[in-house]
Amino acid sequence: MRIRESFTPWRRRVVDPLVADLRAALSVDRVRIDGAERALMARDASVFAGGVAGPTCFPVSTAEVQAIMGIAAAHGRAIVPRGAGTGLAGGAIPLGAPIVVSTGKMNRILEVDTANRVAWVEPGVINLDLTTHLTPVGFHFAPDPSSQSVCTLGGNVANNSGGPHCLAYGVTDAHVLAVEVVSADGEVLMLGGLDAEPAGLDLRGAFVGGEGTLGIATRIAVRLTKNAPAVRTLLLSFATVRDAAETVSAIIAAGIVPAALEVMDQRITVAVENFVGAGYPTDAAAVLLAEVEGLAAGVDIDAARIDEIGRANGATGVRLAGTEHERALLWKGRKTAFGAIAQLAPDYYLHDTVVPRSALADVLEQVYEIAERHDLVVMNVFHAGDGNLHPLLLFDAREEGTLERVHAAGAEIVRASLAAGGVLSGEHGIGVEKQRFMGELFTDDDLDHQARLRHAFDPACRANPGKVLPSGHSCADIQALHEVPTGVWG
Amino acid sequence: MTAPQITDEVLVAFADEVGPVGPVAAVGARTRWSTGGPSADGTRLVTAPHGIVAHSASEMTVQVRAGTTVAELEAALAEQGQRTALPDRGGTVGGAVAVGENGLDLLGRGRLRDAVLQIRYVSAEGRLVTAGGPVVKNVTGFNLTKLLTGSLGTLGLFVELILRTNPIPAAQRWSAATGVDPVAVFDALYRPASVLWDGTTTWVHLEGHGPDIDAESAVLAGLGDFTEVEGPPALPPHRWSSTPAAAAMADGGATGTFVASIGVGTVFAEKPPPPSPVPATGVAVRVKQNFDPTGRLNPGRRPGG
Repeated sequence: MRIRESFTPWRRRVVDPLVADLRAALSVDRVRIDGAERALMARDASVFAGGVAGPTCFPVSTAEVQAIMGIAAAHGRAIVPRGAGTGLAGGAIPLGAPIVVSTGKMNRILEVDTANRVAWVEPGVINLDLTTHLTPVGFHFAPDPSSQSVCTLGGNVANNSGGPHCLAYGVTDAHVLAVEVVSADGEVLMLGGLDAEPAGLDLRGAFVGGEGTLGIATRIAVRLTKNAPAVRTLLLSFATVRDAAETVSAIIAAGIVPAALEVMDQRITVAVENFVGAGYPTDAAAVLLAEVEGLAAGVDIDAARIDEIGRANGATGVRLAGTEHERALLWKGRKTAFGAIAQLAPDYYLHDTVVPRSALADVLEQVYEIAERHDLVVMNVFHAGDGNLHPLLLFDAREEGTLERVHAAGAEIVRASLAAGGVLSGEHGIGVEKQRFMGELFTDDDLDHQARLRHAFDPACRANPGKVLPSGHSCADIQALHEVPTGVWG
Repeated sequence: MTAPQITDEVLVAFADEVGPVGPVAAVGARTRWSTGGPSADGTRLVTAPHGIVAHSASEMTVQVRAGTTVAELEAALAEQGQRTALPDRGGTVGGAVAVGENGLDLLGRGRLRDAVLQIRYVSAEGRLVTAGGPVVKNVTGFNLTKLLTGSLGTLGLFVELILRTNPIPAAQRWSAATGVDPVAVFDALYRPASVLWDGTTTWVHLEGHGPDIDAESAVLAGLGDFTEVEGPPALPPHRWSSTPAAAAMADGGATGTFVASIGVGTVFAEKPPPPSPVPATGVAVRVKQNFDPTGRLNPGRRPGG
């Protein structure tokens, strides 16, 4: 009997009713519950471990996303939307074993409408794929995160992502005209519109940057930005990081708004040169990558003024990229900076705060001091034009006690930024990383109003619970989350 | 550590004036007073404080009380070579942001809602609340500034704002021609600040470095007989919100005399637009209920209504 029983493949396996419902709505192969998949979905690109994923769904349509939401509601389960998992604040980490809704198979560019300068895309389209697709018609999608070759537009919308060229063009919310959303209660909403000034409350604007807590974007209308006829890229070298930072303020004060103003310190340029050989001087304490875009005469005027302002502020060298190849190489160096770090240490923690431009030099000095005090190596590569700092703390997680020092130093960096009149995040979001600091920037009344917005979209706290708002505010500590082991967030 | 409470006496006094009970609305210069429907009878009107608190050219931000006129703000900024995206129609800063309409030159100055970095407002409970932050780039928490911009004071009464500023371009030029295709004009130029069309004449506003304006003017000369003019045409009183493609096909049939903003979609028209069908989504209704449970903030008005 025992043998016979073990050889009855037709015997019904016990399947979780939730999984059965999801598979009935999608298909068996697009609802995954195997250990490898769940382990993959438990993490994102942040250092945070400890997420617990439920079934992972790969819908292909709005209707399927809607079906998933209905099933989630029926089973009392939360959902967490997921793009490419490149987030650095833990926003996509599943808390309380929610249904993971991957947008990976919703990756079509649906329409390019040049008459309205808009493209309709599905959320799983890769950021750079859209720009590549638009190149022949002379347009691009302006937000360009360093992860743009892998991150998705749905993720960009959820995180209101930035990038080096957001200095002149603005972050994602300035480039999203409309978004179709499946709300947590399964309603399909069209927020915003292609017309000049859509009527009613700006729920589109409120949705962008919601970190997956306000529903799932299923179609996005993004603005097309015309490619500039001319571009000039300058590389300025400095003997001190302070000189580089002060040059940034001086350029802005002079009435120039470059397309990008990026600073890299010497530790970064050395790592980048070893990695890709982008042509950065490795003997300068800092370099400033400045790019101006526009019409031919104007970019020459602006480039000349940046050269002049740089020299007046202590630049030891100024180089104008002479060819497109040289320019592309400089940008390759900037955008692969984080990859270059791998040669130096097995792990890094990338922070993201914003300070007033005038405070850049002072806060950077504090950042170096804080890292040294915690016996850590810090490298700085950042969107200086926006005052958006990205200190990178290098470490080896295998060394006992290191992660604690990294978190302690990180907390001090965040507090130094706040003390200088800054904010917690310029482009990475809050996720689980910075919830505990929210109460240091916002009062209880402020946070209460953010929770009211959150609740209007998702009264049952079913979409990506446990994120953004700190513990003690609604949706931050619902019952389901108590399954998560405590202490995993460091 | 906890965030400091707002202690600015001017803000606190305004919050006290708004208080926690009774129908109340903020009044500016009444330039858009009919937007969103008539104010309900018996609504107490309050006036937001006035004055520029801080401007830093190198930060490209300005902190200003909501009751300040846009004209006063722009005059002060111009002394430092800067400006904002707010339209100047004789109104106040708070009014402009509460209504949320863009200026005519939005392709050059930027869109109003992208310029609003922080709003301090008085809630329905009479509490001072801060949405957004003081710096030019910020994704800390939910995007409340977007929700508040264009909310007509139905979610909170604005008391102080921090706005993004931008440099005033070195040069600018308006020119006009008849008998040209306005869309071809718009497409041929790199980034015109404004292209307007009334069915006959096309007006173009170029801004930037002088030599660039000359180069773009040469492009225009290849498309039609453009001559320099003083400024934009007089705009008809009503405002239609269309897609750029639809605005370029306006024929005056429904709108009467019109001036269409090419590449944007706004159509300024002699006749009022039909009532816009703002979908009363559950979310929009819940937003209002959550922010103003008793319906005391600017009763009678509805964004888009």
